[in-house]
Order: sequence, then C-alpha cells, then structure tokens
Amino acid sequence: MASDRKVDIQTHRLSDDQYQQNFSDVKPALTAYQAHIESNRCLYCEDAPCISACPTRIDIPSFIQKIANNNTAGAAKTILDANILGGSCARVCPTEILCEGVCVRNKDPEYAPINIGRLQRYALDNFNPSEHPFQRLPNSGKKVAIVGAGPAGMACAHHLARQGHHVTLFDKNSKAGGLNEYGIAHYKMQDDFAQKELEFILEIGGIELKTQAELGHSVHLDTLRQEFDAVFLSLGLTKCKRLGLEQDNLSGLENSLDFITDIRQAEDLSNLPVGNKVVVIGAGNTAIDIACQTKRLGAEQVTLVYRRGVDNMSATHKEMEFARQNGVAIITWARPVSIFTNNKHQLIAIQFERTQLDDAGKLQSKQEHFELAADSVFKAIGQEFDGQCFSGSEAPELLHHRIKVDSDYKTSLSNVWAGGDCIYHDGEDLTVQSVEHGKQAAYSIHQYLEQQSHG
Amino acid sequence: MADLTNNFIGIKSPNPFWLASAPPTDKAYNVYRAFDAGWGGVVWKTLGEDPHVVNVSSRYSAHKLQSGSILGINNIELVSDRPLQINLDEIKQTKKDWPDRAVIVSLMVPCEEQNWQQMLQRVAETNCDGIELNFGCPHGMPERGMGAAVGQVPEYVEMVTAWCKKHTRLPVIVKLTPNITNILLSATAALKGGADAVSLINTINSITQIDLDTMAGAPSVGGKYTSGGYCGSAVKPIALNMVGQIARNSETSSLPMSGIGGVTTWKDAAEFIALGAGNVQVCTAAMLYGFKIINELCDGLSNWMDSKGYRNTEAFRGLAVPNLTDWQYLDLNYKIVASIDQNTCIECGRCYSACEDTAHQAIAMKMGDKGKRTLEVIESECVGCNLCQITCPVPNCITMEKRETGKSYMNWTQHPNNPFKG
Ligand SMILES: Cc1cc2nc3c(=O)[nH]c(=O)nc-3n(C[C@H](O)[C@H](O)[C@H](O)COP(=O)(O)OP(=O)(O)OC[C@H]3O[C@@H](n4cnc5c(N)ncnc54)[C@H](O)[C@@H]3O)c2cc1C
Ligand SMILES: Cc1cc2nc3c(=O)[nH]c(=O)nc-3n(C[C@H](O)[C@H](O)[C@H](O)COP(=O)(O)O)c2cc1C
Ligand code: SF4
Repeated sequence: MASDRKVDIQTHRLSDDQYQQNFSDVKPALTAYQAHIESNRCLYCEDAPCISACPTRIDIPSFIQKIANNNTAGAAKTILDANILGGSCARVCPTEILCEGVCVRNKDPEYAPINIGRLQRYALDNFNPSEHPFQRLPNSGKKVAIVGAGPAGMACAHHLARQGHHVTLFDKNSKAGGLNEYGIAHYKMQDDFAQKELEFILEIGGIELKTQAELGHSVHLDTLRQEFDAVFLSLGLTKCKRLGLEQDNLSGLENSLDFITDIRQAEDLSNLPVGNKVVVIGAGNTAIDIACQTKRLGAEQVTLVYRRGVDNMSATHKEMEFARQNGVAIITWARPVSIFTNNKHQLIAIQFERTQLDDAGKLQSKQEHFELAADSVFKAIGQEFDGQCFSGSEAPELLHHRIKVDSDYKTSLSNVWAGGDCIYHDGEDLTVQSVEHGKQAAYSIHQYLEQQSHG
Repeated sequence: MADLTNNFIGIKSPNPFWLASAPPTDKAYNVYRAFDAGWGGVVWKTLGEDPHVVNVSSRYSAHKLQSGSILGINNIELVSDRPLQINLDEIKQTKKDWPDRAVIVSLMVPCEEQNWQQMLQRVAETNCDGIELNFGCPHGMPERGMGAAVGQVPEYVEMVTAWCKKHTRLPVIVKLTPNITNILLSATAALKGGADAVSLINTINSITQIDLDTMAGAPSVGGKYTSGGYCGSAVKPIALNMVGQIARNSETSSLPMSGIGGVTTWKDAAEFIALGAGNVQVCTAAMLYGFKIINELCDGLSNWMDSKGYRNTEAFRGLAVPNLTDWQYLDLNYKIVASIDQNTCIECGRCYSACEDTAHQAIAMKMGDKGKRTLEVIESECVGCNLCQITCPVPNCITMEKRETGKSYMNWTQHPNNPFKG
C-alpha cells in the first residue's frame, strides 16, 4: 500500500434531501388506520407468550385490545405501568427476538407477528395526558442516590419516586438519557425523543437531576453511601475494548460509539466528515449501527468484518438483513492483524487473517491474509465496565469485569444496588433489559427502606 | 353444470337471486344496472299512495365488529318517496325491456279494501309478475296505521291478503315481519288469506348504537333518533329460524317461501333453500358491495351444487327440514369430544381460557421447553359443547369427534330425570 495514499474523509457527501431521507425514522409511527388494522389482528391469547418474552412484562394483549377499542389512554397507562420507558423501547427493542419473536401469529404458516413495537409506539405517541399518569405517594423522608441517568437509572428513579422517596440522579454527561441520548442510532430515535421522555419521567416529582457529576471525580461512592439511605449504580459500559492495534498519533482507527454520539448530537449531519471506504470490526448492535449510519452518511464502501460466523453474531437476523439492505458488505471468519498508514500517520488499509475453529472449538488462524483499503476503521468489539469510578472508595465486588449483583440487584456493598449494562447478567445488553433491572432494583430498595423505617 | 333457473310460484327467473324491496330496487336506473349485472329478479321498492312520503336525511347506521367488519345495518327509510305514476311507468318499461327477469311490485296501502283494489288495478297494468305485500316495515309507516301494525296482527294479515287475492290475478307474496313472538301465527294467517307465498324476514326493530358524546343514537337526525330496521349478516340466524319453523310446521309446510335476511354469500342462500325456501332475496349485501356480488353468488352456488350432484335447486330444497326437531327429541346418548390438531395449533391458548373460565375445565395447557405450550383435551371432562372449536382462530385446528357410548338412542321424553316422563 503506497505510503502517500491520500485519505478520503469528507463532509457534504450528499445533498440535503439525501441526508434528510437517510436519517428519517426507519420505523415510522403507525397511522390511526394502520393501528386499527394491526390491533385487531391480535388474538388476545391466554397467558400470552409475548408477555413473558418482554423483559418488563408489559401486558401486551391488554394494551393492544385497548387500542382496538379506542381506549388509547388506557393502552398507554398499561404500557407505562410496566415500563416507564415504553416509548424508547417501542423504538429500539429488537422485537424480533423479544415479544414479536414468540407471537403465535409468527408461526407456521402465517409468520406474520403482530407489530407489537409499533402499536406500543402508537399508544404512547397518542397519549397526551393533562397530568402525569402516576401519582407520587407522600414523602417517605428517604433519600436514594442513583448514579448514571441511562434507561436503568431513569426507570429506577421513577419507581422510587412513585413510592415517595426522594431521588438524586447523577450523571457525568451534560445531558441525561445515557445511550438513549448518545448511542441509539439516529434513525431509530428522532425529534429529541430521549430528552422528551426524560422530562416526562421527571414530571412525577421528587427526582433531582444533577448532570456533569462524575462518580470517581466530583462524587464518591463512600460519601453517597453515607449521605443517602441507598445507592443505585447504573453506570453503563463506558470503556471501549482494545483491538491491540491501537497506536499513538494514529488517526483513522476510531471507537464506534464516539462517532455514533457525534451523529446523534450533530445539528447538521452534512458537516460530519465521513470516510469513503469504511471498515467496521465487530458484529453486534453497535457494529450494525455504525456500518449503516456511515453508509447513510455517504460512504461508498462499508465492510463489516467479524472473526466468527453469522450464527455467532450478537446482532439479530433482522439487523443483519437491515445492514445488507443498506449495502453493507459482510465478511465473516476474519480478524484484523495489522494496519497500514501513510506518511501522515493516517490509516489507509487494514490487514486481516482468515480464521476457523480448531477441533476443540477454539478460534485459530487459517494462515491466509487479505487487505482492505480503508479511510477509517471503526472498532465495535464491545464496551467494558470502567471500574475507575470507584477509585478512593470501597468498591463493590465484580464478576467477569462487571458489577456482581444478587437476584435483587443488590451488590456486595450493604446499601448499594446496581443494574443495567454495568452488571453481570444472563440477558442481552438491551434498553428494555436495563429498564427492568432499574424497576426490580427499585422494588428491592423500596422494601429495604420500608424495613428501615419500621425496623 | 347445475341449472340455476328458478320457478317460484310460477314466476320464472334465470337464477334464484332476487333483490329485495329496498333502495337497490328503488327506480329503473338501479334495476337496469342490477339486471345488467345478472340478478334474477327484483322486488320493486314498496309503493304507497300519493302524495308520496318524504324521507329524512341521515338514514342508515351500522353495527360493526371492533375490527370494522359490518355485522348489520339499520335504516329509517320509508316506502318509495317518488310519485306513484313514475314508479308504475318505470316498472312497465322495465318488464318490457327485461322480459326474462322477475319483476315483483311491493305494496303498502292504507288498510281499506277499496284502496287496495284501486292500487292493484294500477299495478296490474305494469305487466309485473306478482305483488308482495309489505306488512313488515317496522318504522315510520306503522305510526301511520300501516306496515308492521298490519303484519303484527294475524287477523289483518289474513284480511288484507284475502282482499288482494280477490282483486288481482297476480301471484300474491306476503312479506312477514320478524317483530312478533311466533312467526307461525303470521304465516298461518297469510295462508288462510290465500297467499301464494310468504317472504321473510323484513327488518328487525333496533337501535344500533349511541354516540356517547352527543347521547344520540344513530342514524341521528339533528340529535334525535328513532328505532330503525335491522338487517344484514347479523339477522341471518333469526331469519333461518323463522323459515325453518314455517317449513317444519305441518299446517304451513306447503307454503312457498322466499328467504330473506342477511344473505351475503352463496352458502347463505343454499342454507335458506335447504330449509325450504324456493328462492332468496338480498338487500344489505348488495348495498354494501354492489350488484357485482351476483357473480359470486351464482358461481359459488353452482359449483357447490355440481360438487354435490344437485342438478337444480329443487334437488336440495328442504333437505335440512326433516332434521330440524324439538330439543326433547335430541339423542342424549350422542357424544362428541374436542380434538386439537397439534400440527396446526399456534398455542394461542384461547381454547384454554374459554374452557377453563367458562366451560368445563377440559383443556390442559402444558408448558414445555423454550416456551412451547401444548393444549390438550381432557376427554373425560369434555361435554362436547363446541366452545373451544368456536373460539379457535385456526380453521379446522379443533375438531369435534364422535365417541361411541355404546348406549342406544334416548331422548328427554324417555329420560329417568324427566319428571314428566310418561
Ligand atoms: C451503539 C449502541 C446501539 C444500541 N442500540 C440498541 C438498540 O437498538 N436496542 C436496544 O435495546 N439496545 C441497544 N443498545 C444497548 C442499550 O443502549 C443499553 O443496553 C442501555 O442503554 C443500557 O442502559 P444503562 O442505563 O445500563 O446504561 P447507559 O445507557 O449506558 O447509561 C449509563 C449512564 O451512566 C453515566 N455514567 C457512566 N459512568 C458514570 C460515572 N462515573 N459517573 C456518573 N455517570 C456515569 C453515563 O453518562 C450514562 O448516562 C445499544 C447500545 C449501543 C452502544
Ligand atoms: C334501506 C332499506 C330500505 C328498505 N325498504 C324496504 C321497503 O320499502 N319494503 C320492504 O318490504 N322492505 C324494505 N327493506 C327490507 C329489505 O327488503 C329486506 O327484507 C331486509 O333488509 C333483510 O334482508 P337483508 O338482510 O338482505 O338486507 C329495506 C331495507 C333497507 C336496508
Ligand atoms: S368442547 Fe367445550 S367442554 Fe369440550 S374441551 Fe371444548 S370447550 Fe371444553
């Protein structure tokens, strides 16, 4: 690869109309007529499988029935009671592996599940209550600190506020919302929805939001544990995993999440510089999102490379299909081994070796290599929990590099609970899963606080 | 190919489908379109005396399923609101232009013999094939001493029928109202009056809905409403029952019947004929889907008849009548049980809810691996009520299977639990 090769990273690759089109809602809201047709397809199953498949156990047949009989407000309350972030979940949940995956209408010979996610969005989009739908119980006098205002933190805060406790919600960023604000693909969450939902959650009262307050810097766990009756940690995964090819001064090897955040926060997408040839390493949600979004920003060639096979990918089949529809090329069984730079320390190409499984099922090199020219390479190989935030305080026990909790989401520390992506758990790292953690932890914290008052 | 031609009390038509007296047959324009489309006959929209009535604006309303499908509609229209002579002239021209189709004239006249006599004379001049006496229209006209008022009093039915028979040589069909408790009384009255046939049913008194904002029913005429006549699919079971009761009653069984009420598909028509009707009349289905449905009606009926080897409608007419009996003669030792086809079951569990909550706890829902659910019938508990089969959304997934009880026929009149057993 010639070391004087110029890197092609540019803004304004597309017309304004194209940006507009490429970043509009991928799953737009249903019209009233569509919702009418779709809601009437629901069979109103006994002990419906979709309910158990929803991590927050929304009573799906009930809310759909309510939409069908023109009781949209009732539908919205049914959803929000189980999942206060029902609005964002409706937009971001991979429903194909959750509720819709088990819908009885998804079976042979029909294979056409009820569009539960979009009906959920319909109910909530059309819900305009004159006052917050949940009432706060009288002030309990108890105080809870929640660190991390992502889905887990917000859900926990709302449930505790409902019980009359006072919550202080800390976040290191200037805007709360966690990945809802900074990570979810632009075309899944539009019109500043994350902030609107946050405002809705705060309406209940009794939640004090403190942004730009970082645990480990301006706030410390030890102090929180003393000043508050309980602490809930919902810190997410903030550290990017390393590929091993990182070099100082190198440009062109990027963390996906940083660029995804730029896309989410951009006031004008045409001002975002994007490479012409893009390589994405990884095969999860994030990999799909960065690949599709760079393609939609005008990159000509986007290639997603994964070291294992399609079946091992954590992205769902539907997401893979979406990537293909977006024109993303997918290469499996290959891992990066070295990068090439030009004389300006800019990445210009990346070399891969082909992989296979050995007899013991371990990944091994096939000793075959290939190169891909690239203007930028995005790492999407996962995020890690950053334990730095506990420096100077007693830290909770970790398990597989994440916070260890029991079935009540309690950590090893006496008055500290945790949930969301930052804990070690069986499920996938999903928004809806985090909401459930927050909700369950709130139940447990509430019980604990009750015992404290009576005990 | 089955022969669909029809001969109803001597009135011939190319098929057994007539349009019932209603807006589809209100004037020549509609009737010509209907005949063009292939309808076998029409019963012209009921004629009254001049000066003609006037209708309100806002006339129909519907009773719909939540999904939006229409169960039935109701209406508050009166008889024809056009001058009598215009109708008569059009009828005459229609019959001239369509000699192979049946053209029947429906009449509603004040309850005086001379009024009927005069009207019948004028109608005879149109060369129509017969008359239908509208005693049934349940709204508007009764308040004015006509319509249902006559139809609800058997003596009047008999009297007016007799007048008509006396003053016309045309076949007389008496249209029966369902707004009575025992249809046999009206049918017998028509028979005694000399009717050549009865047609049934006319519409059923109804209020379809209340607008909860305005607190007015529908159709709402400036916020006020009145009972309307209900018709369409929803009334078919009621109409079939009345047809069946007339057919199996020894006194009325020979009375020719034109079946009306909710006929929407060929199967509905075949059912009326199987219960003894000589032909059928259709109104709502045509109003909702247009005259083109005649293609599906004729084609469906003809194909089904071919599949059964029925050469004409007479070949199966009345075949369901002998099986219609009174409850006390049903075999108490006949036993069926539900059977769920596991291959087509989609595990919705509706049969479970139905049986567990409201029937006999005869379905077990077993949880298996990976959320798999198996719905199984506990035969010993199943009484064979059919509820699970009815609620199952998958066609033919639940079937009712016969079980031999080894016991011979025994009905309630023979049962030891019957206190009145002889
Ligand atoms: C690119 C991407 C796309 C995704 N797409 C989807 C999707 O389509 N559907 C889906 O269901 N899931 C998706 N996910 C996963 C989903 O976003 C997460 O599972 C979910 O947001 C986790 O919620 P959380 O509250 O645990 O953490 P986060 O949303 O990560 O929130 C953690 C919060 O803690 C704050 N914080 C962290 N450290 C500190 C500290 N030291 N002091 C103070 N505050 C701190 C952060 O600022 C942040 O606000 C995606 C994830 C990524 C990365
Ligand atoms: C709008 C409307 C007007 C009707 N007008 C008359 C009428 O003038 N005379 C009459 O005998 N029946 C009238 N009917 C009753 C129909 O002829 C028919 O008996 C009834 O609708 C049941 O049939 P269906 O279910 O096919 O509609 C009317 C029905 C409707 C819907
Ligand atoms: S037929 Fe009735 S009793 Fe038998 S299983 Fe079905 S619902 Fe239960």
